[in-house]
Amino acid sequence: MAQNLVGASETNQTGATNAGAETPDQPFGGLQPSRLIPGFGETPDTAVSPLADIPGLLVDEPAPDNPTVFEVGALNVFYGEFRAVRDVTMSVREREITSFIGPSGCGKSTVLRCFNRMNDLVAGARVEGKLEYFGVDLYSERVNPVEVRRRIGMVFQKPNPFPKSIFDNVAYGPKIAGTKKKSDLEDIVERSLRQAALWDEVKDRLNSSALGMSGGQQQRLCIARAMAVDPEVILMDEPCSALDPIATARIEDLMRQLKDDYTILIVTHNMQQAARVSDATAFFSTEESAAGDRRSGVLVEFDRTDKIFSVPSDERTENYITGRFG
Amino acid sequence: MSETSKVAPHSLEGAEIATRRRIKNSMATLAMACAFLMAATPLLLMSLTVVVKGIGVVVSADWWSQPIPGDVGRVDLAGNTTMCDLGFGDPATCAGQGGITTTVKGMQPAIVGTLLTVVGASMLAVPLGVMGAVYLNEYGKSGRIARTVRFMTEVMVGVPSVVMGVFIYSIWVVKFGTAGKSAFAASLALACLMLPIIVRSTEEMLRLVPDSLREASAALGTRTWLTTIKVVVPAAIAGIVSGCLLAVARAAGETAPVVFTIGFVTTTNWSFSGQNTTLSAQIYSQLQNGGNVATQLAWGSAVTLVLIVLVLTLSARFVTRRFALG
Repeated sequence: MAQNLVGASETNQTGATNAGAETPDQPFGGLQPSRLIPGFGETPDTAVSPLADIPGLLVDEPAPDNPTVFEVGALNVFYGEFRAVRDVTMSVREREITSFIGPSGCGKSTVLRCFNRMNDLVAGARVEGKLEYFGVDLYSERVNPVEVRRRIGMVFQKPNPFPKSIFDNVAYGPKIAGTKKKSDLEDIVERSLRQAALWDEVKDRLNSSALGMSGGQQQRLCIARAMAVDPEVILMDEPCSALDPIATARIEDLMRQLKDDYTILIVTHNMQQAARVSDATAFFSTEESAAGDRRSGVLVEFDRTDKIFSVPSDERTENYITGRFG
Repeated sequence: MSETSKVAPHSLEGAEIATRRRIKNSMATLAMACAFLMAATPLLLMSLTVVVKGIGVVVSADWWSQPIPGDVGRVDLAGNTTMCDLGFGDPATCAGQGGITTTVKGMQPAIVGTLLTVVGASMLAVPLGVMGAVYLNEYGKSGRIARTVRFMTEVMVGVPSVVMGVFIYSIWVVKFGTAGKSAFAASLALACLMLPIIVRSTEEMLRLVPDSLREASAALGTRTWLTTIKVVVPAAIAGIVSGCLLAVARAAGETAPVVFTIGFVTTTNWSFSGQNTTLSAQIYSQLQNGGNVATQLAWGSAVTLVLIVLVLTLSARFVTRRFALG
């Protein structure tokens, strides 16, 4: 704790320099990146932050009473013998947007796919460590992965609507879950499409194929489809990477609205996006594996988004965010 | 200087290169047209020959409703029977020749037998083949059982059809004697022939369904078997139907497996039990009979077979299109 605080004040100085100067080349004054991930199980102590009195910099004060949804501790993901990601420790809070950023191949998507056990579908994938959802170990043998995926929805990088009508795409999940009455399904479809800000565009052509829509519409349809089963959490794996800026802005607006009801985890390549929408940010990086031949991922830093983007406590985070990727 | 000024405009405007390219292009186009003609000519000639030689007997209603003239061989070898005797001749020419003009002039037994054996074989092979392919692609993947089954299937595709006939002959007809010769036995032999084709083509089609659809369905809390039924198979249905149809068409035209197992009749047998005959078997045996009339019957059978396969193909295309839109 004490070490953590010292770390925070040290890095805050750098951060302040950061905010003031255009080119921060000042190293971290010999401070080793702490393996204690700041922010784990606690809220950042903004009272001691010298940034607190810079108006407008700390955009999003954390809500300290938000319950923890996911508690992740020392999570390692393996593909066969290869450890793809190591030592992920974080806690995800309810009704917040948590973003995963980092360079390609750093394992952020891999980690995201652990949260609803999608990695189970990949042959040879294996997870070690703690991943608790409201205190329940998601990888316990008693946990039903199908139910996990129903409660923890997912939106993928590439829009992937089924080759069915718009209506059938959204109604698919509820039908599988057992909703049979046509009127109930119609209500769910309308509500989900409205939530995804798509209803007005498609209400007159619900029975036409979903494949005839634009990319942005398809992605919003996928979001509507994910919400139709009334999940508790939505995982988004680079949902905007295939979209133009206008469609991206719509999805981001959507995410801000959804935050009132849902917990959202988003993987993004776009740092501005992470800074714009998320409350907490995890920065992943790559490193040479022990054998030295393959690159694997590691969680470098997890903290409130404003802190990550203004006063990161790890040099690698700072380098990445300022564009000097190392 | 002078060198470059000579070369540069030359290669930029490239009059000579353009001409050479145009010539090459024309020659390649010509070569392709020739290749097409070479491929299409035999096909066209064959269709034309079959239709011209066979259509005469097929257009008569009797062809579809009357038993097979069982004694063509004997009568013809005696040199007495003419087309008039069989009722196919021109009434004006035949008027003075008398003969048996009403009793023997059809192919109904073989038409019924063909439909019976093909339907029977399809009922055996299509469900088994499609389910086998679903197992291979959705469940077995690259496991040991799946790899073995896949290898055996590949081997079976290459087994000559006559071997399938001998196989069923040895395990069925030998066991039950002449009573074992039936449309059902022929269905068994044809099913053995169709099974590997259906497994191969269906698995190929299932492999074309993008994993993103399986993931999208799984992420909504759907079990694998439901995903398979609701998403994967519908997405591939057009290809699966085409593949099955290819197998059906192949089976309908097969002779060798049938002649061992089906026996011979000249009157219609609507049952799977008891001896029967098919169009392909008729082509074979009528040509062996030899003579003008038998040859006519063979050509007629050939046209009928082509027509049946054509109708099957067209109706399946129609059904597939309806599926794809729904």
